[in-house]
Amino acid sequence: MAIIANRKRRIGRWVLIIVLIVITFIYLIPFMYIINTAFKPWTGIKVYPPTVIFKPSIGSFIRIFTSRTVYPPGEVPTEEEISGMKWYERIVYKETNEEVVRLGDFPRRYLNSIIICSISTLITVILGTIAAYGFSRFNVRGKDDLLFFILSTRMLPPVVVVIPVFLMFRFLGLTDTHIGLILLYIAFNVSFAVWVLKGFIDEIPTEYEEAAMVDGYTRFQVFRKIVVPQATTGIAATAVFCFIFSWNEYAFAFLLSRKIAQTVPAWLPYQMGVLGYDWGAAAAGTFIFLLPAMVFTIILRKHLVRGITFGAIRK
Amino acid sequence: MAEIALKNIVKRFDSLVAVNNLNLRIKDKEFVVLLGPSGCGKTTTLRCISGLETPDEGKILINEEDVTNKRASQRDVAFVFQLYALYPHLTVYDNIAFPLLAQGLSKKRIRQEVDRAAQVLRIKHILNKKPRELSGGDMQRVALGRAIVRRPEVFLLDEPIGTLDAVFREEMRAELKKLHVDIGATTVYVTHDQVEAMSMGDRVVIMNLGVLQQVGTPHEVYNKPKNLFVANFIGSPGMNFINCKPSRGPRSKLVLGLSVVNATIAIPDEIQRTIIDKKKEEKDLVLGIRPENVMFSQKTKSNSLPARVCVVETMGSYNIIDVKLGDETIKVRTAPSIVPDIGETVSISFDPEGINIFDEETGDSVA
Repeated sequence: MAIIANRKRRIGRWVLIIVLIVITFIYLIPFMYIINTAFKPWTGIKVYPPTVIFKPSIGSFIRIFTSRTVYPPGEVPTEEEISGMKWYERIVYKETNEEVVRLGDFPRRYLNSIIICSISTLITVILGTIAAYGFSRFNVRGKDDLLFFILSTRMLPPVVVVIPVFLMFRFLGLTDTHIGLILLYIAFNVSFAVWVLKGFIDEIPTEYEEAAMVDGYTRFQVFRKIVVPQATTGIAATAVFCFIFSWNEYAFAFLLSRKIAQTVPAWLPYQMGVLGYDWGAAAAGTFIFLLPAMVFTIILRKHLVRGITFGAIRK
Repeated sequence: MAEIALKNIVKRFDSLVAVNNLNLRIKDKEFVVLLGPSGCGKTTTLRCISGLETPDEGKILINEEDVTNKRASQRDVAFVFQLYALYPHLTVYDNIAFPLLAQGLSKKRIRQEVDRAAQVLRIKHILNKKPRELSGGDMQRVALGRAIVRRPEVFLLDEPIGTLDAVFREEMRAELKKLHVDIGATTVYVTHDQVEAMSMGDRVVIMNLGVLQQVGTPHEVYNKPKNLFVANFIGSPGMNFINCKPSRGPRSKLVLGLSVVNATIAIPDEIQRTIIDKKKEEKDLVLGIRPENVMFSQKTKSNSLPARVCVVETMGSYNIIDVKLGDETIKVRTAPSIVPDIGETVSISFDPEGINIFDEETGDSVA
């Protein structure tokens, strides 16, 4: 009996592993497709059926970073001119017969994304930690209702609230400004931050704070010197989630920004060139765009898993 | 110099009255122990003194100054928590230095003071460790270090050695007592362990259900308990109780009729007078007698009560023998050499010096 049970368990484990591999593979297909496309040379992108093995090129990466124009017919550069070209100009010329005019919009959009997401995440986490501490430690009147109210801001999909938000932004002159998107992302993320951080702070025994208060510290000093250092795991996890949310946010960014404050997700789809839609450049841009979120997630993997499951188990 | 006075303290948690109208005066440099079963309000009282809780009614005075509404950080008190509450993200050194940082002392001063405290508590070798690397005893020492480092006027301890193992507890008890003598701060110590209370306290404050039961020296609370609760709670095992009723015996002396065995026992003149003075002659009373005041004999004696042995516990330096007196179980403390058989009929009598009389109705001590 024991042997059968043992074998069953072993088979079960193998089945589990296979299922997990399949699921992981399915999840990774889009990502792998993007990497695949990003490194394809111009001519290979639209080949059907798509190739998996090819000679990689960084042409797409150069195109996403640059603005280009096609050489008019008859104005073909001479051999001498070609050898005088910078390395990236030569790659572009050889692949698409284009001339690099200037640096493209990508770096600006990328910077916008970084500025808007970092600042909104920072402020969200600060507000969230303070609010969560308040909810966790004090007898706030109507606490449960308030917490539900805070959570309810997350219950509607962005598309539903986008019209009122759009009107408000127009009235306040916040359309296409950094501060507008920062405020919006804070508003969206704070509810999440309060809930997650409250779970973390609830787990910190109040004795530490009481000890510090007897030791001669005010409530706020205690918060800064005792609570925050002990909640770092939760704060880190919350920060990552908030960052990723605003980093990937498309609907609001698309509707509320045009040029100045446009973030990468809103800009990336517009890769229409003279030669048609540039799938390679879009894929290269997406790949670069994904990197920070990936790096973040990998570094803070441990915190994230703890962050997701934390507070779920009540003592 | 720190004298603490609690005046009519009431503390409620929703509908629960944790502390009910508590009055207490603690003298300068005194070591007072708050003793009681869990949930009796002793910790709440301590937290009120520290400022971590604000009483709903009443006043707290430290050195005649009203501190009732002052925050914990504004009172010169140090608090040692039951679970130590060492800051997990700081080293032992930083933990001890933490209260000094709040006072804004220079780095050099802080180092001196931490070293001094570490010296007293013999923890110099662990100053660079983190709390989670320490044993329970060391954590306790660090918690004490954090408390004594700023030389507080009032020293509050909430079951500080409750979680240590038995051997270590005894050692810490002596150490704490010595520490009190060395630093000379007014100390309030909360415990549910009567051995700790009796061995350490200058005075013991016994509480039950939020109400103060008795304040007195360990000797007083042991020998002259104010009511049945104290009599039962103090002592291990507690006092024996036997229902009785006074009646007139030969030469119209007052004797106590024990209903369980249908016999009477004589009582000292002094107690007779007190019963008469307090007009308790007609009342149902309770005779209280400590196990060591029950005289035990395996021979039949005159003036003694027959009883049957049911349990014998050998404790090493003494034995505790449970005997049945009628339906009532009486615990008797005897010399270790006395080991009667189970079921054996023995005779017991009560040492007149050890007799306590309580009013059955109110539970208060009569004599």
